[in-house]
Amino acid sequence: MANVTLRNVRKTYTGGFEAIKGVNVDVADGQFCVLVGPSGCGKSTLLRMVAGLETVTGGEIDIGGRVVNQIEPADRDIAMVFQNYALYPHMSVYNNMAYGLRNRGMAETEVKSRVEEAARVLELTSMLERKPRQLSGGQRQRVAMGRAIVRQPKVFLFDEPLSNLDAKLRIAMRVEIRKLQRRLNTTSIYVTHDQLEAMTLADVLVVMNGGQVEQVGNPLAIYEKPATTFVASFIGAPPMNLMSTRADEIKSQLNGAATEAGILGIRPEDFVITDQTPAGGVALPLTVEAIERVGAETFIYGSREQEEQRVAATPGELPPGEVIVRIPGTEAPAIGARIRVAAIRPKLHLFSGDGRTRLEA
Amino acid sequence: MVEDEGIRRYVAHAILWIGIAIVAFPVYIAIVASTQDNALIANGQMSLLPGGHFFEVYYQTIFVGTSGSTREPVGNMMLNSLVMALAIAIGKIAISIISAYAIVYFRFPFRMAIFWIIFITLMLPVEVRIYPTYKIVADLHMLDSYAGLSLPLIASATATLLFRQFFMTVPDELLEASRIDGAGPLRFFWDTLLPLSRTNMAALFVILFILGWNQYLWPLLITTRDDMQTIQVGIRKMITTTDALTEWPIVMATAVLAMLPPVFVVVAMQKLFVRGLVETEK
Repeated sequence: MANVTLRNVRKTYTGGFEAIKGVNVDVADGQFCVLVGPSGCGKSTLLRMVAGLETVTGGEIDIGGRVVNQIEPADRDIAMVFQNYALYPHMSVYNNMAYGLRNRGMAETEVKSRVEEAARVLELTSMLERKPRQLSGGQRQRVAMGRAIVRQPKVFLFDEPLSNLDAKLRIAMRVEIRKLQRRLNTTSIYVTHDQLEAMTLADVLVVMNGGQVEQVGNPLAIYEKPATTFVASFIGAPPMNLMSTRADEIKSQLNGAATEAGILGIRPEDFVITDQTPAGGVALPLTVEAIERVGAETFIYGSREQEEQRVAATPGELPPGEVIVRIPGTEAPAIGARIRVAAIRPKLHLFSGDGRTRLEA
Repeated sequence: MVEDEGIRRYVAHAILWIGIAIVAFPVYIAIVASTQDNALIANGQMSLLPGGHFFEVYYQTIFVGTSGSTREPVGNMMLNSLVMALAIAIGKIAISIISAYAIVYFRFPFRMAIFWIIFITLMLPVEVRIYPTYKIVADLHMLDSYAGLSLPLIASATATLLFRQFFMTVPDELLEASRIDGAGPLRFFWDTLLPLSRTNMAALFVILFILGWNQYLWPLLITTRDDMQTIQVGIRKMITTTDALTEWPIVMATAVLAMLPPVFVVVAMQKLFVRGLVETEK
C-alpha cells in the first residue's frame, strides 16, 4: 500500500524530443488512477517511467515516500501488466506466476500458496499446468493479472491491458479488474486510450495531451467541467460540439466578464429539440444530414444555417458547422428536415479563444 | 478423372523411386563392397550382392586398421572426428549465443563496430586465413591436439548473426517483465532466452556438427601423428597406397562408418527441430 507522487516529471530523449513536459500527479493510497489520452501523448512513457523501464530525465517519482528515480524496476515494489501480456512462453501458468517470487528467494511453500490463491481468485486453477499458447486471450490476460497480484506489490501498473481483447470480453475484464483492485485495495495506475474505460475505472482521471497533463480529477467532475477544449472533446462520446462565438455573446453569458471572442461547447446529450429559446441558453437551427440509431438512443448529425458565423474551433473533431445531437429513444426527424435545438444555460461550456482556459460565470 | 489420378500417382512414385535409386546406389555399393573379399574387388569381379565378410571386415576396420605400415584403427579416427565435431558445434553455439546476447541486449561503446567486425569475418573462411591460423596454432603448441583441431574453427559469424536475428524478434516486453520479476541479465539469459532458443540451437547443431565432421583441409595440416587422424583424412590415406593393393573393403567400411554419426545427428535432432517448427513459442 502506498501513494504515488509525480513531481514535475520530465522525459527528454537523446536527440531532444521532449516526451513528457513536466507532469505533476498525486495518487493517494488505494486509489485507481487512469492516464488517458490520444496515442503519442506520452501516457505509456509516463507509466514506464513509474515502472523504471524508462529513465527519468527531470523531476521526481515518489512511491510510498521513497524517491525511486534511481531504483531498479525489481526493487520498486511494483507489478506491471503489459498490453501483449508478456507471459514467458516456455513456462507453465504456474511457473509464470511463481517466477518473480522465486527470484526473490521466497520459500516454495509460500510461493505455492500465493500462486494457488491467485489462481483461485482468477479462476485459473484448472489451467496451472498449461503453457500460455494453450490459453485464450482472456485467460492469458488473467495469467498476466495473476503474475501481478501474487507479488502483493505496493502499486499495480497496467499498460493498455485490455486492448488485445474483443469488445465483449473487454467489458467483462474491465469490471473484473475494478472488483479485484477494490478488494486488494492496491494503488493502481492504468493507461488507456479508451475514454469509456477511463471513465468507468478511474478514481482519479488524468487527461494527457502532447506530453502534458490537461486535467486531473474525478471522472464525473471532468465530464461536467472540462478545463480545456481538448478535454471537452476527448472525454465523452460522441465528442462535445465546439463552436467559436462572438465576444458580445460571451459577455451576455458571463455577465460582461469577457472581452474577447471564445469557444462555446455543448454536449450532444444536452440538446433538446424545441422551438423555444431557454432564458440565458442557446438555440440553433439545424438541417438534419444523417441519423444513427443504436437502440436506446439516436444521434442526429445536423449542419447549421449558412448565415451562421460560428465554426468549429478544434480541428479534427467536427467538420465546420456540424453539430451532433443525442436524443433518447428511436424517434428522429427525417433526413433533410429543418429542426431547432436548444440547450439551457447550466449546460453551456465556455472557453477562451485558444481553448486552453475554461471561462466560469 | 479418377483413373487418371491413379496413373499420375504411379508415375510420380516411379519418378521418385528412380531418384532414390540414383542417390542410394553409391551408398549401397559402398555397403556391399565393405562385405566382400578384397581379392574379388581387385579382380573387378565384385558382386552386387552382399558378401560374407561383414563381421571380419568391420572388426578389422574399427579395431585394427589397414595392414599398411601406418595402420590406425578407424575406431580411434572416429573418436577424434567426434571430439572435433562436437567441440566445434558446441563451442560455436556457446560463443555465438553469448556474443549475440551482448550485441542485442547491452549498450556499450563501439557496439555496432564490434558487430560489423564479426560480420566481416564471414568473408574470411578457414581456407583464406589458413597460414596465419596455422602459425598461431603452431606457436601455441597446439599441433596434434584436440584444441588445435577445434579452437580455430569455433569463432563463428554465421551463428552469431542467426542468434542476433532471433533475439531481435523476441518481444521487448519479455525482458521488461523479467526485469520487474527481479531477473538480472544472467537470469533472463538462462531462464528465458536459452529455452526460447532451443529450436535454433538444435538446427545450428545439426549444421555445425556436419560441418565439423566433414573438415578435411584443417585436420590434414594440423595433425601429423597417426593417432590424431580424423576419419576424413584417414580415408584419403587408405586409398593412396604405394607398396600394396588398396584394401577396398576396409576403405568402404570406413566410408560407411563415416556416414553414420551425421545421419544419427540429423535423425535425432530432426524430431526436436520439427517439433520446434510446429509449436512456435513466441
